[in-house]
Amino acid sequence: MSNYLKVDHVSKSFERGGVVTEVLKDISLSIDKGEFVSIIGHSGCGKSTLLNLIAGLTEVSDGGVLLENREVNGPGPERAMVFQNHSLLPWLTVYENVRLAVDKVFRSSRSRAERHDWIMQNLALVQMQHAKDKRPAEISGGMKQRVGLARALAMEPKILLLDEPFGALDALTRAHLQDSVMDIHARLGNTMVMITHDVDEAVLLSDRVVMMTNGPAAKIGDILEVNLARPRRRLELVAERSYVQYRELVLKFLYERHRFVEAA
Amino acid sequence: MTATARKIAMLPQTVEDPRKERVIAFTPRAKSSYRPLLQRLSSIGEKVLPPLIMTAVLLIIWQMAFGVEGSTLPSPLQVWADANDLIVNPFFDFGSQDIGLGWRVLTSLERVAIGFGFAAVAGILMGALVGQSVWAMRGLDPIFQVLRTIPPLAWLPISLAAFRDSNPSAIFVIFITSVWPVLINTAAGVRNIPQDYRNVAAVLRLNPIEYFFRIMVPAAAPYIFTGLRIGIGLSWLAIVAAEMLTGGVGIGFFIWDAWNSSRLSDIIVALFYIGFTGFALDRLVAALGQIITRGTAAS
Repeated sequence: MSNYLKVDHVSKSFERGGVVTEVLKDISLSIDKGEFVSIIGHSGCGKSTLLNLIAGLTEVSDGGVLLENREVNGPGPERAMVFQNHSLLPWLTVYENVRLAVDKVFRSSRSRAERHDWIMQNLALVQMQHAKDKRPAEISGGMKQRVGLARALAMEPKILLLDEPFGALDALTRAHLQDSVMDIHARLGNTMVMITHDVDEAVLLSDRVVMMTNGPAAKIGDILEVNLARPRRRLELVAERSYVQYRELVLKFLYERHRFVEAA
Repeated sequence: MTATARKIAMLPQTVEDPRKERVIAFTPRAKSSYRPLLQRLSSIGEKVLPPLIMTAVLLIIWQMAFGVEGSTLPSPLQVWADANDLIVNPFFDFGSQDIGLGWRVLTSLERVAIGFGFAAVAGILMGALVGQSVWAMRGLDPIFQVLRTIPPLAWLPISLAAFRDSNPSAIFVIFITSVWPVLINTAAGVRNIPQDYRNVAAVLRLNPIEYFFRIMVPAAAPYIFTGLRIGIGLSWLAIVAAEMLTGGVGIGFFIWDAWNSSRLSDIIVALFYIGFTGFALDRLVAALGQIITRGTAAS
């Protein structure tokens, strides 16, 4: 198995006022090129921390993250991120938001016209070219998330990191965007790592579902291989037995084996 | 009839009677061409009339209070009689000290523009630095908090000693007065830049200069303009006081000069000039801020 992205015995602890809290403990994970991996777990289990470690936004305490056998020691556009709350810059239009990324990444390698075409191509990929001159405040939540996705894709990342990208959206918009992501994954073959707490989303989109135990000192509890043929259609899958079984496995992990015990 | 049946009976029924449909439809109101004009006039009147009425009332009270024989201050009619040349023609020029108040205000504004311009640039740059670095913040914030409470005129002797000339001293006083609110507000704005924007900048690997212009300034713009607005108000306060002491051509010196030659009416006219100019400056910066920060506040 090739190790495109390798999370190697990573631990992360935060220190605050002399108190050390261990968030992640000894996480090891290998992800292949073109693979779609979801990380699921209860809130507070450190999923987002794990994604931030891969992104390089947070430094590891122990172990290392390797992308194509090179150690990750800082954030960069080859590990583009789609943020939970879209993180578009409100003073820029949709087009300018994507352009900021494209200009930065391809300033020296592509001409102005090529960059413009590339921006429009990525906006078209998420069906947002019609709103290119709108500001983020003028478009809906789902549209903002589409633009966030376009911005990340436009960086031509080696790996796309999605941090609960559809968490703040209503169910219908979410389903629509999940289909878009599946479609993009099928067309471009990106490697994607997605954080989610939605069991259906995890099973529907992923090749593998990484299930995390509860924190503190969260570990990988189990990894589920989802062997469903692509392209997957949600309507057909609802009736399919293996899909229902995969769902059940994840649900059992989350609600039986690692039930979230909230400190009262 | 049951309660439910009664309710159903009360609901509007879809009836296929064309006559009934016509009753439901709103009859289009007859369009009149003068209506919008009248409406606009009345909405303007609602805004303009109250201040006009209040001004008239205040002027009448003033006239009644000081219109009597032997009062210490001139009444409005007296001011008009003494100084209508200053009111009617702001831009006459009869030689070195005999010029219209418009020229004097412009001279003062020039000093404010220079001093405040330096203050804006220095305040934003220093504020960005202080807001960005925890250590700079810890080290410098207490110093700034002390310095900003020093009244503008207290700086004047020191700056006169340093510059040995009245004009740069006045400009320095403007600078030192208006730099603090700009600096402190910019620092607050930079500190409050959401982590999301910082993450975006980090993933894109923006260099410090790109980060300053692409993220920091737009994100902190509402704060910066609050600081600029306070700053321009303070500098207008300071210039009048500074000019009273340094002399020269400005509106502040005019007041001092008029006091020395007991032209009280001229002083009152000058006060109005100062008030209106200060008001205009405040609105100017506010309007500028509104144009530039459009879209920044909402996310």
